[in-house]
Amino acid sequence: MILSVNFALAGLRWPHFRFGGTAVRNSFSARSFASSLLLLCLVSSVTHADDRNPLANDPKAAKAGEYEFRINCALCHGLGAHGGGRGPDLTRAQKKHAHSDAEMFQVISNGIAGTAMPANGTNGQGVGMTDDEIWQLIAYIRSVEVKAPANPLGDAAHGKELFYGDANCSLCHMVEGKGGRLGPDLTSAGGSRTRESIIDSVRHPSHHLAWGLTEATKEFPQEYESITVVTADGKEISGVAMNEDYFSVQIMDSSERIHLLEKDKLRSFQKSRQSMMPPYDSSSLSDKDLEDIVTFLFSVGAK
Amino acid sequence: MTDSLVILNDLLRDLRGHPLRPSWFKAFSREARAVFPKIAKKKQFARVQLGLFFISILLHFATMLCPAHAQVTFDRLLNSAKEPQNWLTYSGDYAGRRHSALDQINLANVRTLTAKWVYQTGAEGKLEATPLVVDGVLYATAQDDRAFALDAHSGRPIWLYQRQLPGDLRPCCGHVNRGLAILGNKVFLGTLDAHVIALDAKTGNVVWDVTSADYQKGYSFTGAPLVVKNLIITGISGGEYGVRGFVDAYDAVTGERKWRFYTVPGPGEPGHDTWEGDSWKVGGAPAWNTGTYDPETDQIFWPTGNPAPSNRGEGRAGDNLYSNSLLALKAATGKLNWYFQFTKHDEHDWDATQIPVMIDANGKHLIAQANRNGFFYVLDRTTGKLISANAYGKTTWSDTKDAEGRPIANKNSSPTLQGRTVCPGALGTTNYMPPAYDAQTGLFYVTARDQCDIFSTAPQPYEAGHAYYGSAYFPSEDAKPYLGFLKAIDPATGEIKWKFQHTTPTWSGVLSTAGGLVFTGDAEGNFIALDAASGKPLWHFQMGGAVYAAPMAFAVDGKEYIAIAAGSSVYAFALP
Repeated sequence: MILSVNFALAGLRWPHFRFGGTAVRNSFSARSFASSLLLLCLVSSVTHADDRNPLANDPKAAKAGEYEFRINCALCHGLGAHGGGRGPDLTRAQKKHAHSDAEMFQVISNGIAGTAMPANGTNGQGVGMTDDEIWQLIAYIRSVEVKAPANPLGDAAHGKELFYGDANCSLCHMVEGKGGRLGPDLTSAGGSRTRESIIDSVRHPSHHLAWGLTEATKEFPQEYESITVVTADGKEISGVAMNEDYFSVQIMDSSERIHLLEKDKLRSFQKSRQSMMPPYDSSSLSDKDLEDIVTFLFSVGAK
Repeated sequence: MTDSLVILNDLLRDLRGHPLRPSWFKAFSREARAVFPKIAKKKQFARVQLGLFFISILLHFATMLCPAHAQVTFDRLLNSAKEPQNWLTYSGDYAGRRHSALDQINLANVRTLTAKWVYQTGAEGKLEATPLVVDGVLYATAQDDRAFALDAHSGRPIWLYQRQLPGDLRPCCGHVNRGLAILGNKVFLGTLDAHVIALDAKTGNVVWDVTSADYQKGYSFTGAPLVVKNLIITGISGGEYGVRGFVDAYDAVTGERKWRFYTVPGPGEPGHDTWEGDSWKVGGAPAWNTGTYDPETDQIFWPTGNPAPSNRGEGRAGDNLYSNSLLALKAATGKLNWYFQFTKHDEHDWDATQIPVMIDANGKHLIAQANRNGFFYVLDRTTGKLISANAYGKTTWSDTKDAEGRPIANKNSSPTLQGRTVCPGALGTTNYMPPAYDAQTGLFYVTARDQCDIFSTAPQPYEAGHAYYGSAYFPSEDAKPYLGFLKAIDPATGEIKWKFQHTTPTWSGVLSTAGGLVFTGDAEGNFIALDAASGKPLWHFQMGGAVYAAPMAFAVDGKEYIAIAAGSSVYAFALP
């Protein structure tokens, strides 16, 4: 159990934001045998933890928890726990990975394998929060939860029809293995992003090329920038950047062909943070239809 | 005799498959011919004794001649310019210039530079160390307080030291280390559990190990120590944990602590009144990077970091001396000669721990620092008086200067509960990555970043050993990509003579060489050589891992190498 958790953590990318001197995207957290022991301690502390938050409904605890939240969680989950694009909106009462207080304690303590959610104390900031502080944090999260409306805002089935049909989303985006490759795979978007952020991305695709702090939802910071080049033999290629460095660029064009290019051999190279995705205004996609698509993405993301 | 045994030991290791340098063999065979007849004439030894004596003499001569085992004296450190084939201190010299006088690799031939060897440390995380090279042996560190010695010519390991670290360490920013210091037959390492240790330079065996502070309260060492005379000088990390910072000096032979300078003055000491109430007790002001040394005045210049909590000024009203300062300390005693505080009452985590670089120009003895707060400062290093301060990156926090010419914070730059955008961001315009200064071009080369952050504040009680930021910060909402540069600054004017824009910001330091080149690495894994005069890139090599370290240069058997760490490996490059 411990080994498998640690294995998954070792493979996950997690940015170290705090530095006496360092931080950054794409750096692997150092995880030693020692941190396995730490994890073991954390797991055992969960075993002994109460099932219910001993600080439940204590407004003072919730206030202290808010500060813990700002310091430890807000980087990904947003200042008010509304989600930062990278981490899910925690004001939703219905959560994907944790329902009870004890489960939430477990998630905060141990992280979620295979996601960017780190275990407490493993983000390069030392030993992390105490049990009490985690319970304060949970008290805060409970205090800001908003019950979902009894009925979803939109019609998921109709949203799915639009996604794969008239709205043309699937020409570039994949959901559950079906769709195009030019844009981000949206299978998990509904599980991690807020309704507002998805709507903003559809209405104003260039506003945030990819949502997230330091653009960490992307593998590389250049990903999804629009690139146009003219090769030595005069051929023009347009597409999205898959990756780029000072000397080379890797592009996917609109027919999903991958071009691997050395910049000094190009006649011209231009990049732009104007997304290749067309903005959908309310005349090309009504508010109601967009709500249906969001509901569809939420229904997939909740799986 | 000890030396002979070590040599013998090395020979045995070689029988196990480790390479012996060809030049060592030459030394051996040459000495065998020269020594044997003299020994043979002396008949008072029995044959066996003679044989043993012969071997020991032979090995002793080999020891003396074999450059890999020469002693590093303080005199050699003082005169490091006389042996440009070696890299004897973290910054390459006492002035902090990170400039190599080697010119075999130069503007004319750098395009043919090629990788000669790669050493994989097997460590995870960020490799921040600059190697030392002494007479053909390369010494470096990697994450989790690994230290190792390599044959600098082949990249083959000679020894490896791995510290057994406790599981509840509290480094703020990864299990990193930036390098070793060397004196005599020992190398010196500051550890993540706040010990200072001396290792035998020939074996990696621990010679002494002293505890400096309690790691469980957040104290740790990450920087490379500085050797001055018989002292191992180093500064503590832990500004994120409410430590009380200090600079320590240890006796190189015994490990005994000779002095400690607290960077936060205690009751009754000058500067104590710059702290509100008891805030000084957890005031931070760590000293986690390597200082420089001026032999003429026998003082060290040591830079200090942020006051704690880093992003919340409430509760610690005052200037918070000596946080974010440059300290001029008497090397022998640690007594304060002068100080200069770059950022008073810092609320943005702008540690002033960047390498202070000694520059001599027009008869003036200066010290320059490209500060994390976005300004390039030049001081008179005799008096500590400010000469100039010019922005070298995007800054919004200061529009005015005080009577001395020091940039002072705007009223509206403090973090708020709702968050306030300030430039530079918390990572700073630059950070720990060392700059270079080339007296030939007269330019100061530094890695720079344009990034703004939203600084928000959160009350946070101090708890021993727990992160103590009083804050959170976020990338600013405009979602613009951050910009990264290598900038060449004229220290005389603060003018930026050229800049090279990286694809994304980098954490690499810079090396300049007499070959007219500067070297740096990027976040995409490239190692790049540029024209020092123009900033034009001339050569690159894709190393397959982001760079968090700084390059250095050395030579073995007359051949120049450039080395740098990237990913979890150390790379060495030379002409074909």
